[in-house]
Amino acid sequence: MTSQTVPGNTQNLNHAGLSRADYRGAPSTLCQGCGHNGVAAQIVAACYEMDLVPEKVVKFSGIGCSSKSPTYFLGRSFSFNGLHGRMPSLALGAMFGDRTLKAIGVSGDGDTASIGLGQFKHMVRRNLPMVYIVENNGVYGLTKGQFSATAERGLELKKQGTNPYLPVDIALEALASNATFVARSFAGDPKQVKELIKAAIAHNGIAVLDIISPCVTFHNHENSFHSYSFGKEHEEPLHEISFVPARDEITVEDFEEGTTREVKFHDGSIVVLKKLEKDYDPQDRGQAIKMLVEAEQNNELVTGLIYINPDKPSMFDLYNLPETPLNRTPNEMLRPSEASIDTLNKLMF
Amino acid sequence: VDNNQTRIENDFCITFSTVNGSGSATANTTIMRAIFRMGVPVSGKNIFPSNIQGLPTWFSLRLSKDGYLARVEKDDIVIAMNPLTLAKEVEFISPGGVLLIPDDFTLPETRSDIFVYPMPVKKLLKDAEVVPALRDYIANMVYVGVLAQLIGIDIDLIYKAIDFHFKGKLKAIDSNFSVVKAAFDWAAANLQKKDSYYVKKMDGTDGYIMTDGNTAGALGAIYGGVQFAAWYPITPATSLAESLIEYLPLLRNNPDTGKDTYAVVQSEDELAAIGMTIGAGWGGLRAMTSTSGPGLSLMSEYIGLAYYAEVPVVIWDVQRVGPSTGMPTRTAQGDLTMVNFISHGDTQMIMLIPGSINECFEFGWKAFDIAERLQTPVVILSDLDFGMNPWMAKKFEFPDSPMDRGKILWEEDLDRLLVRNNGQWGRYQDVDGDGIPYRTVPGNLHLKSGHFTRGTSHTEDAGYTEDPVVWERIFDRIKLKFELGIKYLPKAIKELKTGAELGIISSGSADPAVQEARDLLAKQGVRTNYLRVRSLPAGGEVGEFLKENKRTLVVELNRDGQLGQILDMTFPEFAPKIEKCAHMDGLPLTAHWVKDQILARMGENK
Repeated sequence: MTSQTVPGNTQNLNHAGLSRADYRGAPSTLCQGCGHNGVAAQIVAACYEMDLVPEKVVKFSGIGCSSKSPTYFLGRSFSFNGLHGRMPSLALGAMFGDRTLKAIGVSGDGDTASIGLGQFKHMVRRNLPMVYIVENNGVYGLTKGQFSATAERGLELKKQGTNPYLPVDIALEALASNATFVARSFAGDPKQVKELIKAAIAHNGIAVLDIISPCVTFHNHENSFHSYSFGKEHEEPLHEISFVPARDEITVEDFEEGTTREVKFHDGSIVVLKKLEKDYDPQDRGQAIKMLVEAEQNNELVTGLIYINPDKPSMFDLYNLPETPLNRTPNEMLRPSEASIDTLNKLMF
Repeated sequence: VDNNQTRIENDFCITFSTVNGSGSATANTTIMRAIFRMGVPVSGKNIFPSNIQGLPTWFSLRLSKDGYLARVEKDDIVIAMNPLTLAKEVEFISPGGVLLIPDDFTLPETRSDIFVYPMPVKKLLKDAEVVPALRDYIANMVYVGVLAQLIGIDIDLIYKAIDFHFKGKLKAIDSNFSVVKAAFDWAAANLQKKDSYYVKKMDGTDGYIMTDGNTAGALGAIYGGVQFAAWYPITPATSLAESLIEYLPLLRNNPDTGKDTYAVVQSEDELAAIGMTIGAGWGGLRAMTSTSGPGLSLMSEYIGLAYYAEVPVVIWDVQRVGPSTGMPTRTAQGDLTMVNFISHGDTQMIMLIPGSINECFEFGWKAFDIAERLQTPVVILSDLDFGMNPWMAKKFEFPDSPMDRGKILWEEDLDRLLVRNNGQWGRYQDVDGDGIPYRTVPGNLHLKSGHFTRGTSHTEDAGYTEDPVVWERIFDRIKLKFELGIKYLPKAIKELKTGAELGIISSGSADPAVQEARDLLAKQGVRTNYLRVRSLPAGGEVGEFLKENKRTLVVELNRDGQLGQILDMTFPEFAPKIEKCAHMDGLPLTAHWVKDQILARMGENK
């Protein structure tokens, strides 16, 4: 059976023959105004615009507010809500079942930057093909307002007092582990979030998106790094980004010669970056690290595509796997022949 | 010493005392293999430290013409290559026994009732012109040659064993065998045999191979169609995963496409190994991991999720001495109650407990059928004794039943189910009344196949719920699945004797010692019934056995009598008749210990 739209939706169909409604999930149960809802909406938009078939997408999450959000998009897709900080291992195993599927993982700063830091970095170093979104708000929401490992030093929370520790920078951690795609955005900038998600989906490898997503209930102080007001005032986009799917002709008419940079993906699609003030090269890992360190010193929230290397083999490229999904291997291909047992016994002493 | 003893043939024990990291395993295995090829039943026990180089290590090789494979406590022949432990070893040699030592060792003069043969190790090595860097390794080949001459091991079979070990690499074979031969010839010319120990050709190993439980388990998994394995190194489980890596390319590469039908991933830790395995099991792959107690402790949270979310996975627990780091290189059956209750909340695990190397192979493939049929984790409890010691085993047999993939639905299957089930399908709906729901896996493109798997409470349609009634309904249905699913598990094996005075229950690697102890007891006129548990939860046949016997001793290798505890809970009506007979010092059980325990208990209660 091939995928098709749910009957009744015939307007505004994409190239997969699906309407936007086919990408929706259940109504959100997160707080009103939560940044996570905005991210979920942009995942829906990105998948719709990229003509993904929901049955060809698998969603993963860990534990926390952010990890609840896969319920709120792509309701037709398979999804696995695993353990705290341990979604990367779950996704790795599952994607070996059928590597023709697209994996989208949603995690949070509590999930990724504490217990999950080990699995996060190992997923990154293996270059597992997966969109890995961190909805980063610097606070534990589901347990009602404790500091997370990404909370900045000096942050004050109602019950917790003042945070004495320096924060973990998820983008820096990803770069340190040789990530092949690192981006940062702000949930209040839906266009950039969407374009980055589309680029991440096209990337054949791990795509880390650190999305500052303010917690309206427990952490939205004006002076805080993870608040809406801070994000709006201090956000400094590296560049404007447009994602051009593979089947379209590449057009760069909006960009003047010398001010654009195209990054070509594995599947032939292209990201066009419009450089702003600096001559920023997102394929220079050293410069990316330097830029992040400087931004931290300047108290800036740099958003955009921080680093990309589309040429590195993905984890699956390192295995000798068949074209057909492993989970569709017929039983007779899985059990060696009866004759082989004699050969095997001869191999023993 | 009395020189007129009768010949002792094919029924004695040789202990090799060496320093670990000196390459003695090659020498010891060579001797074992050569004797095995002479048709003499053999069993070997490594007693080794958790260390790479420089600490004492022992290998005990038992020859048993009657085919007993359990550890024995006495040393008839000792080859002492470690001066630091020499004094202790001399104490353990049985009267009339043999001591082989390098001729530069100072001999403790505490025993006049043993035969001592000094070996010119340094001279022979010098004459053999061995490269100095390899001298320590090849020094052990001196005792191979001297022992072969002394007790009559066929030198051609020694060559075959060395050839096998070095996989036909002539240079390595020659440098080792030339030392063996020189020592063999030296002993012929210079040693006058005074002791009574002889190896004699017999036909006790026809139809057998030499292997170990970890190799057997991995091969079983390969014949069970394993598609994904994630693992993290841990003694004594490491060689199970390494055997997968060794044999999968030989057995599971598709010759038509040149592509592999499997993937093995070394994870960053056991938390990730189990996560990957559960992901793969959920993704429709036959997925496994292998670990030991400490790793299993780390895995327990995810195993609870797999139990409740009903994800099939196979987990090998090659047990070692715990708790904590315990004795990493010693054997135990100490994880039974932990696995039985693993993870928080009410859980239940299916445990398969192989009682032989052949069952390691058999359960290796069968575990996947059970896991996929019942959609639940299956834990195979092996141990260091099976896993890492060299064993003779019957030749591996091809699985006697086809693969059972359980209730997995692809696109057409789901269409058919919808037709017969009023257009309804829910991931956790009990369509057939057997407690086992139907499952789809990612990649199934049917519009109704997608669902949301979670460790949080869920409805029949896999939606989130906090409804108390729904929680209880789903949770009770999982219990029903286990109750009705017990028929898929390997039944306990019973051996009854008329007029038996008591019953014995054991499991796993306790079996060889119990089997031998029963024969020793029978010789003394004590008849016993025996039941070997092969899986848990225990089936009705175990209850029947407890009912039939006035009293039953549960023999096991742990402190608290864990199998006994589980049987107490499973069959509370028979608990007063269950006596725990447990012991754990890190060494495999011996028949004499079991026999003495049983006689003592019978004496107490007569």
